[in-house]
Parts: sequence; structure tokens; C-alpha cells
Amino acid sequence: MLSPLHKQLLNNYQQDFPLSPTPYRDIAEQLGVSEDEVLAAFQVLAEQQLISRIGPVIAPNAIGSSALVAMAVSDADLAWVAELVSSYPEVNHNYERENRFNLWFVLIADNDEHLHGVIADIEARSGYQTMLLPMLADYFINLGFELNLHD
Amino acid sequence: MQIDAIDRQIIHATQAGLPLVAEPYQAIAEQLGLTAPEVMRRMVNMQESGVIRRIAAVPNHYKIGYCYNGMTVWDVEDEHVHSLGQRVAELPFVSHCYQRPRHLPDWPYNLFAMVHAKTEQDAERQIAVIAELLGDDVRRHAVLYSSKILKKTGLRIAG
Repeated sequence: MLSPLHKQLLNNYQQDFPLSPTPYRDIAEQLGVSEDEVLAAFQVLAEQQLISRIGPVIAPNAIGSSALVAMAVSDADLAWVAELVSSYPEVNHNYERENRFNLWFVLIADNDEHLHGVIADIEARSGYQTMLLPMLADYFINLGFELNLHD
Repeated sequence: MQIDAIDRQIIHATQAGLPLVAEPYQAIAEQLGLTAPEVMRRMVNMQESGVIRRIAAVPNHYKIGYCYNGMTVWDVEDEHVHSLGQRVAELPFVSHCYQRPRHLPDWPYNLFAMVHAKTEQDAERQIAVIAELLGDDVRRHAVLYSSKILKKTGLRIAG
């Protein structure tokens, strides 16, 4: 069960986590609690994996090169191909999805050459072709996702 | 959006998360042989130039109960894709919205929007809202739910 403090931390700091020498003290002052309470509550959120991390969100393609990649893999091969794909450090999301294109992953590398090298390697080792879907435009508004923590 | 080698080191040191200590920027500075004010100044600059979009406690939607993660994909008129994409991105339940290239004939879709819902019904309602917003500009669409999360890390640039 999440306390009101946990919920405030989850909801209020998706956008403006303080960039100051003592960010947890700043948050504590904003919420009227102690710095230790804030640190302990974030520790719980991190341990329960309710937050994936606290840190900078980098704009896609601002540094390095990234692409969404899809593969259409037979059911018989899906498990090992998925495992092969996940084994690359350049792969940072990998999802099985319900479609003919059933494996979807995001590749991030430090440059295009590296990215294309990884894709060629995955194709050679899996025996399957990939469909490369780089981002052409990113539509965003700078707001956090609105969480409903009440049910 | 020019960054130098030190900016890049800061991104590498922080992209998996700041340490959960009272002075996290100081901890990063020590790790890189910099001072905390310099780390913070560079992070401010990177926010201003758009390299860093924001600094966040990033929620894990799935663990919070948003188990229905749908990648909705739409085939819309290219000439309208930017205005439509912007409007879809403004919907409160859409976390990401991108234009991507089509791969004909296998893949006709050029607009991607990620939705997150706690129930399948909520997800269906959200998709209906997007469909209504896009109206006659949609030629066809598909929704790809994730049946399994196989790997998920924060942004990590493998060097």
C-alpha cells in the first residue's frame, strides 16, 4: 500500500526533479517532511520497482543513434531469437507483441555505423530480416504521464 | 545540440539513474573528477539545448498497474501527420507519439502512439478517442499489445 508521501513523490517529480546540491532536502521542504523520509520513501519506490530510475531523460537521438526495430519470427524460433536480441547491450527495450511482427525492440548506439553493425549481426545470427523504423518526428508535450494511483 | 566529451560522460554516468544519496550530483562529480557545480551547470545547459528533456523520477507504468501497454499504429495522410501527431501527443494517456517511416507493402503505418491502461476496456476507450481525433485522415490502424516484456532498461547508450 502506498502512503500519501509515496504517491506525491511518484506524481510530482516526473518533470522537475530538483537540479540542486541537495535535491531530496528541497523536495522535503516542498512537501513538509524530512530529508530522511524522502530518501527512505524513494528507496522503497526503487526497491518495489515503482520507479525505474531518478535521472535525466535524454531526448531521442540527441546523442547517439537509435531506432525501433521489428522482426516477424516463427513461434518455434521466438524464444531463442528474443533471447539473442536481449543479449545485446545496445538493446534497451524488447517486447513480444501480438502481431505478425511479433518482436519489437529499441536499439541505441553511439553512432549510425555501430547501430547498423548490430542490426546486421542480429540478422546474420538469427537468420531473420529486420524492419528498421527510425523516428522521423517526435511529438511531445513536456508533461509527465498522468498517473491514477487511486485504484 | 552540441555536447562535448564531458557532457557525454555525465550522460553515461547518470542515464541509469542518479545514486540515491543526499548529494547525488556531488557523487557523480566525484566519480568523474569534476565539481558538483560544474556537473549541475552542464546539466542545466543540456536541458536548455534540449539534449536532456527533463530530470525525473521515472515511474514504471507496468508496476503501478498499467499492464495494458498498447502500441497503436496509424496510417494517416503524410501532409497531416505533424498536426495530427501533435494533437495525439497531447492526450493525457499517450506517453510517446512518433512519426516513423512506412515499409510497404508489409507495414503501412506512419504514426505511432503508446497508450497505457490498467484494464483492456480502458485501453479500448483510449484507442477510440485517438481514432475519433484522427477521423477521416486514418486509412487503417492496428494495435499491438505487448504479450511479454523481454527486456527493459533505462536509456543506455552502449559505446
